[in-house]
Amino acid sequence: MSSTDAGQLDTAMKRPPRLLKNLAAKFAAVPMVLIALVIFVGCTIWTIYHSFTRSRLLPAPEKWVGLENYERLWSESRWLISIENLAIYGFFSLILSLSIGFILAALLDRKIRFENTIRTIILYPFALSFVVTGLAWQWILNPQLGLQNVVRNWGWETFTFDPLNNAEIVIYGILIAGIWQGSGFVMVLLLAGMRGIDEDIWKASRVEGIPAWKTYIFIVMPMMRPVFVTAIVIIASGIIKVYDLVVAQTSGGPGIASEVPAKYVIEKMFFSQNLGLGFAASTMMLLSVLIVLIPWAYLEFGGKKNG
Amino acid sequence: MTDQKFSVSVKNLDLRFGSLRVLKDLNLDIHEGEFLVLLGSSGCGKSTLLNCIAGLLDITDGQIFIKGKNVTWAEPSERGIGMVFQSYALYPQMTVEGNMSFGLKNARLPKAEIKERVDRAAEVLQIEPLMKRKPAALSGGQRQRVAIGRALVRDVDVFLFDEPLSNLDAKLRADLRVELKQLHQRIKNTMIYVTHDQVEAMTLADRIAIMKDGLIQQLATPEEIYNRPSNLYVADFIGSPAMNLFKGEIANNTFSLDGLSLSLDGYDFAAPFTGTAWLGIRPEHVAIGENAAAADVQMDVTAEVVDPLGSDTLVLAHVAGERFWLRISGQADTKQGDQIRIGFSARDVSLFDAATEARL
Ligand SMILES: Nc1ncnc2c1ncn2[C@@H]1O[C@H](COP(=O)(O)OP(=O)(O)O)[C@@H](O)[C@H]1O
Ligand SMILES: [Mg+2]
Repeated sequence: MSSTDAGQLDTAMKRPPRLLKNLAAKFAAVPMVLIALVIFVGCTIWTIYHSFTRSRLLPAPEKWVGLENYERLWSESRWLISIENLAIYGFFSLILSLSIGFILAALLDRKIRFENTIRTIILYPFALSFVVTGLAWQWILNPQLGLQNVVRNWGWETFTFDPLNNAEIVIYGILIAGIWQGSGFVMVLLLAGMRGIDEDIWKASRVEGIPAWKTYIFIVMPMMRPVFVTAIVIIASGIIKVYDLVVAQTSGGPGIASEVPAKYVIEKMFFSQNLGLGFAASTMMLLSVLIVLIPWAYLEFGGKKNG
Repeated sequence: MTDQKFSVSVKNLDLRFGSLRVLKDLNLDIHEGEFLVLLGSSGCGKSTLLNCIAGLLDITDGQIFIKGKNVTWAEPSERGIGMVFQSYALYPQMTVEGNMSFGLKNARLPKAEIKERVDRAAEVLQIEPLMKRKPAALSGGQRQRVAIGRALVRDVDVFLFDEPLSNLDAKLRADLRVELKQLHQRIKNTMIYVTHDQVEAMTLADRIAIMKDGLIQQLATPEEIYNRPSNLYVADFIGSPAMNLFKGEIANNTFSLDGLSLSLDGYDFAAPFTGTAWLGIRPEHVAIGENAAAADVQMDVTAEVVDPLGSDTLVLAHVAGERFWLRISGQADTKQGDQIRIGFSARDVSLFDAATEARL
């Protein structure tokens, strides 16, 4: 009797340290962790380091120049316009993709007829690459071929709509294509989330006389928070690296009116043979991502411990 | 209007999902303050009927009256009903208080009134300490209490329950069942309660409606359903273990099957009958030992399986070549292979026409 008691006590005290739990699983994760550390963290540090050097065609770690690249970057109007465009594109793209996607998902969720047809039509843009989307919208927005021409042919001779050729509003022309592509994606993601919501929740809210729109906003949306977070992260990362859409539609023109940071980085690195400046620009992009991501991650994961 | 005396009236209700006819010309009248249980096996259309009454499904044909008012095409919220679901269907991001008051706020009731109603329901259901918690921080039983509270605050005439206890474990289910019964005795509203659990049905109901394939097989008090099942399906469905059934011939007021012969003088026939029939006898209506001496037929059987349940013991034997369950006292010292003297009388049995399966 006493010996078994002692035995139980022993095993309780000799509980293996946490580090050794699930050893096999941890062992299996090692290669992945190494890859992540070496490639992502390692390359990031390498990039940041070289942004402080005068690297031209090849990395030149010995030519340390301090903040020179950053000073040059922030005095260049092309970079400033890129940042401004990204801000405009990002703000509207995020908000409009999310709201249009949500409304479309809610409409489909209401079990309207021809759901499959409509879903396919709305999903097509997402299946296309940004280059195809960009080209398609370039044609639609082309004054000689597209929308403007069609409306003029209908008889409205003075109608003018050629955003891609107007430096003032060119970024909004690109925005249209971006939203067209983004909202289809958001719709699918949110629709999957909505379909996962218990049918009885809807019945309960109907019995209580809560209108559908209120149910969506006050009950369904809070329940879909994880899906929204996923959608926002994916959309936001797409926004920051937007490149192909611009190249396909305007190549950054007219002039430099529709430049974006990702395009700036690629051109500095591969066409202007100025690695140092390209690295400085990409470091700035990384910094802006972190500024958004860190507070969010803190709210999302850090708050849990206390709550 | 004749409907006035009923709390809920369902008239010639038909419901189809495409070509599938789930409810078939169904009629049901429920009295004011009655606790009516819809009982049936899974897929027989109980939830569908409840959803039709609630207005959550558009019916194909027929009419529904609540408090004498034709509500066939009224919105669920205008019918004066509250509903509780098996999955609780609480709003997960709102507190208990939020869950209970959201519908009232939406209906723009004065703040004081909302508070009064929520407090009263919380007191009735003893969930006052939980008011600031979210559903995720509650146990299943507490969640279901909150869901009942959300229905209570609506201050309506009729409450609908769709298997509210089915997600709970056995002990909690029994506790909440008693509380529901007490709640009904206290507030005396009409309640329609869907379940597939016959214990819940027998204990809670004023009347039980047994459903099968979209039709009501029998609508009666629990005693009536248990003692005088109106057809073979009901007889077989109610009771655990099920009624022992024998198929034999009735001639000259005697039921006979190889070796078994029972004079039916004591049986309360609806009409005289001759022909093939089912005879049913409940395991607990079989007389055992000395008690068997007074029975119309007596015989010795061998205990093949003995299932002690504590309060009583179930014994499986064979009579006239059929499996035969009998229920004996839990204190009886019976073992497998023992001989048991059993007997039963005509007044304890149920007889059904083999052709129509209706009670004779
Ligand atoms: N929305 C629906 N569409 C098609 N068939 C349905 C639908 N809801 C229920 N059914 C069918 O109707 C029948 C009755 O369902 P239900 O009322 O949920 O049964 P239960 O008695 O178990 O509550 C089942 O055969 C089910 O498959
Ligand atoms: Mg059901």
